[in-house]
Amino acid sequence: MNAIENVSRRGFLKVAGISTGAFVLGISLPVATAQAKSSTGALRHELNFFVSIASDSMVTLVCHRSEMGQGIRTSVPQIIAEELEADWHKVTVVQAKADEKYGSQGTAGSASIRNHFTSIRQIGAVARDMLEQAAANIWQVPRSAVKAHKHYVVHSATGEKISFGELASHAAKLTPPDRKTIKLKANSDFSLIGKDVKLTDLDDIVAGKAQYAQDIQLPDMLIATIVRPPVVGGKVISFDASAALKIKGVVDVIALKPRSIPVAINPLGGVAVLANNTWAAIEGRKKLKIKWQLGDKQNHNSNEFSKQLVKQVNQQGETVASKGDVYNHQYNENNTIAATYTVPYIHHAPMETPAATAVINGKKCTIWAGTQNPQWAKGTVARELGLDKDEQDNIELNVTLMGGAFGRKSKADFIVEAVELAKASKRPVKVIWSREDDIQHGYYHSISANYCKAELTANGSADHWISRNAYPPIGWLWNAEAKVPSDSQLALGFGDIPFALNNLSIEKHAVDSFVRPGWVRSVACINNGFALGSFVDELAVKAKLPTRQMWLNLLGADRHVDPNDNGFNYSNYNLDLTAHPIDTKRMKDLINLISDKAKVEQKLPKNQGWGISFLRSFGSFVAAATKVEVVNNKVTVLEMHTAVDCGIVITPDRVKAQMEGAMVFGLSIALMGEISVKDGQVQQSNFHDYPVARIGQVPEMHVHIVESDAPPGGIGEPGVPPVAPSITNAIYHASKTRIRDLPVSKVFTV
Amino acid sequence: MIKITLNNKPVELDVDPQMPLLYALRDELKLTGTKFGCGAGQCGACTVHVNGQAMRSCVTPVSAIAEQAITTIEGLADHNGKLGESAVQVAWREFKVPQCGYCQSGQMMSAAALLQAIPQPTDEQIIEHMQGNICRCGTYKRIKAAIKSAATHSSASSLSASHSATANSADSTLPVSTSPSNLSSSNKGAVEIFDARQLASKKQGAAS
Repeated sequence: MNAIENVSRRGFLKVAGISTGAFVLGISLPVATAQAKSSTGALRHELNFFVSIASDSMVTLVCHRSEMGQGIRTSVPQIIAEELEADWHKVTVVQAKADEKYGSQGTAGSASIRNHFTSIRQIGAVARDMLEQAAANIWQVPRSAVKAHKHYVVHSATGEKISFGELASHAAKLTPPDRKTIKLKANSDFSLIGKDVKLTDLDDIVAGKAQYAQDIQLPDMLIATIVRPPVVGGKVISFDASAALKIKGVVDVIALKPRSIPVAINPLGGVAVLANNTWAAIEGRKKLKIKWQLGDKQNHNSNEFSKQLVKQVNQQGETVASKGDVYNHQYNENNTIAATYTVPYIHHAPMETPAATAVINGKKCTIWAGTQNPQWAKGTVARELGLDKDEQDNIELNVTLMGGAFGRKSKADFIVEAVELAKASKRPVKVIWSREDDIQHGYYHSISANYCKAELTANGSADHWISRNAYPPIGWLWNAEAKVPSDSQLALGFGDIPFALNNLSIEKHAVDSFVRPGWVRSVACINNGFALGSFVDELAVKAKLPTRQMWLNLLGADRHVDPNDNGFNYSNYNLDLTAHPIDTKRMKDLINLISDKAKVEQKLPKNQGWGISFLRSFGSFVAAATKVEVVNNKVTVLEMHTAVDCGIVITPDRVKAQMEGAMVFGLSIALMGEISVKDGQVQQSNFHDYPVARIGQVPEMHVHIVESDAPPGGIGEPGVPPVAPSITNAIYHASKTRIRDLPVSKVFTV
Repeated sequence: MIKITLNNKPVELDVDPQMPLLYALRDELKLTGTKFGCGAGQCGACTVHVNGQAMRSCVTPVSAIAEQAITTIEGLADHNGKLGESAVQVAWREFKVPQCGYCQSGQMMSAAALLQAIPQPTDEQIIEHMQGNICRCGTYKRIKAAIKSAATHSSASSLSASHSATANSADSTLPVSTSPSNLSSSNKGAVEIFDARQLASKKQGAAS
């Protein structure tokens, strides 16, 4: 993020709907870039303010990260308000448009707080410092004689105070200090961070007034539905639109640009029906007759492919990390376990299917979209429209609430579709995806196989450990030749194995891709966490130890693990490994906490069992415990717990909500989520054949949050990985049936 | 032209009679609180009330609801007609149920219909009734808790409402929890307070 700038006196203020006399801080671009953009300076400043304090003391804070249910439109302003000493009841939140001045807006990887906590705090702190300076100037006292407190600056000696509103016009004349020189609050002085505040969008959601991308309405707008190639890389040979055009309300049928592999985050092509209303667009679409060239991905069949991946991981792969020697060792068969785990393609299925609206007026392109990555979308649209980098200001991308995303809405394909059709039709166009479109044309969590082998040691631990995986890598989106996951992908619960092992080999395999791979909530931690959590339980069973004890034994002494020691190029989720260590003590504490809280070692009735699992991911530590009953081949989940150590907690209730949601998301993955592909085409189409958890499957749930002063970790994703293995481990302990292939519904009724 | 009563106001729809109510609400009437989730009656995001009963508007053609009383999330209100203050909505805020919020209009409409039919539902009844509403964020635990809280709250206030029976003026929004099943545009002013048990038995009668 760049320097903070006082933009109070710029001409844009009226445009932005902020009263004159307000104190407004924005983020400035580096000088060279700012000069290059001077011609459109006013526009840029309109888009980029961060803090505004009006003369009536109302504070407007910008949230530059995208909301998909994680509560970031509460947490980001909460952090700014904390350092600003603002009264939360006088804070209004506005959503940032796509603008590189905000620094990263990519809301993915559970990164908003863990990567940006300090820079977000600095924004509030700079504003507070300037208000304090303004008060000191008025009272003609040293800066140290005043202190901001709850929307006022107080004269420490006299107790006299001036409101933020009264100070706004004075602070507006000051030059902001260097953000890095401002002292941030001590954790012990926090009055908002760590407290539950009123959630930003709660009232609107409950009243049905919250606006999502699907809800955008513009005058003269057309609604578009698109029939996309059934196979990735497929193309339209010809189509007959005559019947579609006869449907009342259908205005046009337009062939989208054919697209090629690598697919990137581009649209897939196909044929669009544009109509005056959704129903006409849907009815028109049914009447389209399209001849396809399916392309060379049409031979993909996921069942056979899974078998191929299993075969691969049962052979030695390319080394990712190693220590000692696992290959010149005589394994004792009686004390050795080798196991292969598989996870199918999984889809996000957010309740709001993708949608975007675009309108093009001359050079200006205005977009409304629910996107996790506004700047990436904007850049992709700019390329689509043939705009140079310095012409990007012609694109205005408004970020709406997302009705769920889980990684799907990082991709801009649906936004580019809207732009392409707005350009072709010369009218505002809203592209809406049906549920069938969503399920059949997604960016799927890759089908995978993981292999683990280890030998028990005399002291109740294990050694001579081999971990392998094989799955289509996300890098294939951009490089059709990519066959192995990148190191940063392999860092997701695979190359960062935290156990005290003397002999270790972690290996990857080369795999071809056939459907669009993508980031689904916790990404490769889904399959790697399933394999690791299952295998530890299998080792515990073999060693006749409680699973908790096996985890503690494997983790060994209190220490900070550095996967680079094993020759792995470890990126630690882009976090500093010193500030965010792989801390085995925190891991063991959490495993003990979940085991004690859930009482997982209690004696249970016949047919019931507890399972536990653990994974550190995205800078946070999460353990899960699940109790199930297996009767008449039916699995019933009876109780679930998660324990989370995510360092400093900003909004406790939203951490709890994310953990609750992760348990349900993990439950869907474990029990029934499966996308299968036949002849290159996704076989599922809606919730009847891609079932997700419903209320009746959700048991009693408990969340245990560890109090911590450690730097914050992520929270949107880390809850997911330990859930599925905790369920399948519980199934084993209830029934002696080991589930190594997800989902559970392949074996049991769920 | 299809006439309906929408949130206690007469509305005429000039659309294809086969158009599902969902699209008439969203595209024609610009009431976007009712959401599209699946288009197949499988997820409940589009739930509205037709004469007080939960219906999936994505599979309900407007021709099927002519002359009927429709309530959407925008029309949900407490016993005094105060919008956004129904027992369910109060409980949804208290328990901070929503995450992304997208499915919650449908969840609340389903929950309100449940409490109208069964003021004190058991856990099993809650699950049975809410099984058709998917929440991908996984807010089910809080949905259950909020419904139980609203059940306590609404039974108390429904008692006071039936005692005071102040009813609503013709132009105020009809509270959904007292929405009589025979309401139509012709008699919308004649508000009749139904005992919930009475309503439930009426429904049973209608079903059998």
